[in-house]
Amino acid sequence: MPDPILKLNGLDAFYGDFQALYGVELSVHEGEVLAIIGANGAGKTTMLRSISGLIANDAAQISYRGQQIGNARPDVVAQMGLAMVPEGRQLFPSLSVEENLMIGGRVNRKGPWNLRRVYDLFPILEERRAQASTSLSGGQQQMVAIGRALMSNPDLIMFDEISLGLAPVIIRDIYKALPGIVGGGMSAVIVEQDITKALAVSSRVYCLQEGRVSLEGRSDTVSRDEIARAYFGVE
Amino acid sequence: MDFVNALVQGTLLGGLYALFAAGLSLIFGVMRLVNIAHGDLIVLAAYLGLTTTVALGVHPLVALIVVVPAMAGIGYVLQRAVLNHTLGDDILPPLLVTFGLSVIIQNALLEGYSADPQKMDAGALETASVALGPLSLGVLPLLTFAIAVAVIAGLQWCFYRTPLGRAFRATSDNQDIAQLMGLNKRHVFGLAMALALAVTAVAGILLGIRTSFDPSVGGGRLIFGFEAVIIGGLGNLWGTLVGGVILGVAQTVGATINPGWQLLAGHIAFLVILAVRPNGLFPRISA
Repeated sequence: MPDPILKLNGLDAFYGDFQALYGVELSVHEGEVLAIIGANGAGKTTMLRSISGLIANDAAQISYRGQQIGNARPDVVAQMGLAMVPEGRQLFPSLSVEENLMIGGRVNRKGPWNLRRVYDLFPILEERRAQASTSLSGGQQQMVAIGRALMSNPDLIMFDEISLGLAPVIIRDIYKALPGIVGGGMSAVIVEQDITKALAVSSRVYCLQEGRVSLEGRSDTVSRDEIARAYFGVE
Repeated sequence: MDFVNALVQGTLLGGLYALFAAGLSLIFGVMRLVNIAHGDLIVLAAYLGLTTTVALGVHPLVALIVVVPAMAGIGYVLQRAVLNHTLGDDILPPLLVTFGLSVIIQNALLEGYSADPQKMDAGALETASVALGPLSLGVLPLLTFAIAVAVIAGLQWCFYRTPLGRAFRATSDNQDIAQLMGLNKRHVFGLAMALALAVTAVAGILLGIRTSFDPSVGGGRLIFGFEAVIIGGLGNLWGTLVGGVILGVAQTVGATINPGWQLLAGHIAFLVILAVRPNGLFPRISA
């Protein structure tokens, strides 16, 4: 197997004196879709924030395409080709739908994603292009957040709680769009509470429990019992 | 007729106050930084204008070609080297540091230019006037107001029609997420301060043409700027122009009633609006 594009080498993460991650080892390969599951407070979001540069770590604890990025600034990480769809969408309220998408394109990396392609993927956004982003429904806001991340033409896209707070029909639509997003060789890390959906779209799965990796395996072979043990920490 | 004249003159004076305020409004809007040194930076720009006019023998308005980029450069370096390090969850460090900066600028100007009042010579522009019915309007106040409108329209265009403006608004909305979009917030803040001090340069030159100045007058300009920003509403550039006009009109009307009431009337108008509308008349950002 070729070298992973992203590798966590014993990642520790802290909020002040509180340690949220303990020696997390994880790898993502080119074109792979990885699922991260775990209960609330397990450290999933902390892990994504560390990878994206929002939490500073030791440089060597995160490597991307062979470069140590553990202490790189978030804008530098974004320029390198990592994008994140944050939990709760977090659109820019003073920007319109189209402006939110265009700000994602500021990274200016070459690739297939542009406004036209995002509108083709989520046609409703083209109809709402001039509206304030906050006036959209939760599902439409998630589409903007995904489109905004895609506009940077990332090599690796990370979705934090991709379906949290969305109606089932919207979740279905977003998962329907996922193959079109990651189909072009892009790698993806999906943090998801819905284990069934996470396993269905991913090739490998990691489970975090209290800041540690409690399970790593192939999504199509991992058993329900293994997941239950890793998720809840019970035998 | 005196009252109508006071209204018109006050409106024109409001243009200058809006220029004092626009830079304050811009940097507060983008990075929530309250710059106590803003008035002193206006005075610094006036002195830079004075030096340029004396050294090059040019008209003060021509000196803008030198002073605007110089102040923008000072703003960028100041933000990157000093002020970015003060920004965070605590609002006290930027207040203290800009207060210290204010003291440093005042003393440096005293050292360099002495405490003697100075004024820039704009020639016939200072006394030229046009008749509008029974009113006589100074060309300089008219020009100042027109420049204020143009500057605010330009800032508005920059904020809402350009990639830089999108970056300003995005960073203002959510610094973390803006960084995930590849925006270096330190650079964005540096550009915001550069733009704010470019506007300050215009304000400083017009101040120096209109009236005499010395190193100690920055505090008063800061208060006028603050009052215009707060009257107009935080984060609203056109509101800042309205705030400046209200302040200017209050001052000239107050002076018409009693010459000693000019400043007092402006402050009272500010306090009344603050009491009735604590967020100002047209706020875009909650205080």
